[in-house]
Amino acid sequence: MNQAVQVPDSADTFVTPDGRTVGPVMMDIRNIVLRFGGVTAIKDVSFNIMKGEVRAIIGPNGAGKSSMINVINGFYHPQEGEIWFNGKKRPSMKPYEVAEQGIARTFQNIALFHGMSTLDNIMTGRQLKMKTGFFWQMLRYGKAIEEETEHRAVVEEIIDFLEIQHIRKAPVGSLPYGLRKRVELARALAMEPDLLLLDEPMAGMNVEEKEDMSRFIIDVNEQYGTTIALIEHDMGVVMDLADRVVVLDYGKLLADGTPDEVQSNQAVIDAYLGV
Amino acid sequence: MYDVFIDPFVQMYSLPDFFIQVLWEGFVSGVLYSLIALGFVLIFKASGVFNFAQGIMVVFAALSMVGLYELGVPGWLSVIFALGIMYALAFSVERWIMRPLVGQEDIILFMATIGLTFMLIGGGQAIFGGEPKAMITSEIGLPSGDYVWEPGGGIVIFQKLDIAATVIAGLLIAGLAFFFSYTKIGRALRAVADDHQAAVSVGIGLNQIWVVVWFAAGIVALVTGIMWGAKSDVSFALQIVALKALPVLVLGGFTSIPGAIVGGLIIGIGEKLFEIYWGGLIGGGTESWFAFIIALVFLLFRPQGLFGDKIIERV
Repeated sequence: MNQAVQVPDSADTFVTPDGRTVGPVMMDIRNIVLRFGGVTAIKDVSFNIMKGEVRAIIGPNGAGKSSMINVINGFYHPQEGEIWFNGKKRPSMKPYEVAEQGIARTFQNIALFHGMSTLDNIMTGRQLKMKTGFFWQMLRYGKAIEEETEHRAVVEEIIDFLEIQHIRKAPVGSLPYGLRKRVELARALAMEPDLLLLDEPMAGMNVEEKEDMSRFIIDVNEQYGTTIALIEHDMGVVMDLADRVVVLDYGKLLADGTPDEVQSNQAVIDAYLGV
Repeated sequence: MYDVFIDPFVQMYSLPDFFIQVLWEGFVSGVLYSLIALGFVLIFKASGVFNFAQGIMVVFAALSMVGLYELGVPGWLSVIFALGIMYALAFSVERWIMRPLVGQEDIILFMATIGLTFMLIGGGQAIFGGEPKAMITSEIGLPSGDYVWEPGGGIVIFQKLDIAATVIAGLLIAGLAFFFSYTKIGRALRAVADDHQAAVSVGIGLNQIWVVVWFAAGIVALVTGIMWGAKSDVSFALQIVALKALPVLVLGGFTSIPGAIVGGLIIGIGEKLFEIYWGGLIGGGTESWFAFIIALVFLLFRPQGLFGDKIIERV
């Protein structure tokens, strides 16, 4: 019942149906166990994320998907298991240290800076890339000005890319839900991450907004070569977007493979149909 | 009716030099209120914590400086050492108060700052004793004496110390304003103030930011302590001036640096004018409550203050 689908050979690269070459392994998650007091949220889960792929994490509510993202992101620290990133074993890290490694994320319930404008929100994504000393920044002098202009250019490009020019100056607290999701994605992109974690990027959206968001995710992956790991409930969307899918259920790994493999997996069908 | 609506203005007009003097005195105490309020705003912006200990930090900073001087440390050096002590305080507060309490309710953090207040009062009295101390002024380069201006036969006296205080406060505020609007630490600070989780996810370390703001508040406290101490004495009674910051904050908004400044000036000048020209009608002593009445009026009609963040709520 509970056997995993064949995983593509982890050390290698593979070519997706639409012709992109994916790999080698960027992040290797090994035997993660996460407990909250007596509750075990993640039970001995291992899978990997390969460079350049769109990896989906799916599963019923309470399966441990968000916990998994939070482990990768450094919000939670697993009691057991290892995370290998770019060939190195990662020590226990704080979220901002994980961000420094080039891992960006969005949140299930949008975490934006509500008092700031769209532009300022996205500029915070450039925080780690700014190098000039605060003294020169204060005086708005020389290199500091050049640097600010440079970062603004990157941010403007992302704003164009995500088609949010019209809300550039608006305080994000006043924006409708769909747009806020987009601003959050823009902020994550501004970090120019190697790995982008999206926690339910399409939750609560209508069909049209979902289509837009899917298009953006595909474009990000293709244009910037960003590796993406996303949690999503809409199976149609997952099957369209993802190169490979991990299925979690009650904190355990249920299946791991291409969308087709996962869809035809009996254990997955049972879990989703509640048999 | 005449006494309330006409007579005060007649007085202002007939004795313009006295009027200017009153405005100036009000302005000077307004600057000090602004400085105290600024200390609160800095920490509130960055952590959403109302720092009850700001008042005692003012006393503690000033006492450290005077205490060091009494031990034989030269004037300027004692200022630098006092800054060092404020940095040590900022570091300790972050390490042993903020960090263990991260993610707790705001009210818990608020209570922690009350605890800090008592620790600083107790610690301060143990180290420096409870006696008031005279502030050192000429030893750290502050001028004394008066500057007398005689416009058309009248006389207005500006204390040089007050002028210096205003200039220094202005420079300090300008420096902080530039620091927080144009540097990446400034942007990080605003980000942290808004959403801790989102801030760390873009790579902003909370610990460093908190040390920065507590130190900035410590610098403001030291400057306030020097200025205020020079006008009276440095004693633990000074910490109650911090209460005056509350109406200033209500007026200016808890999150706005310009608000703290304008609010402080309005309260400083307003309460002085009211006391001099209207106070006599109701028996005087209005300075102790006037600010709070203004604050009440603001709470009724503009709860976010003059410059506070707009309250945006999507339902």
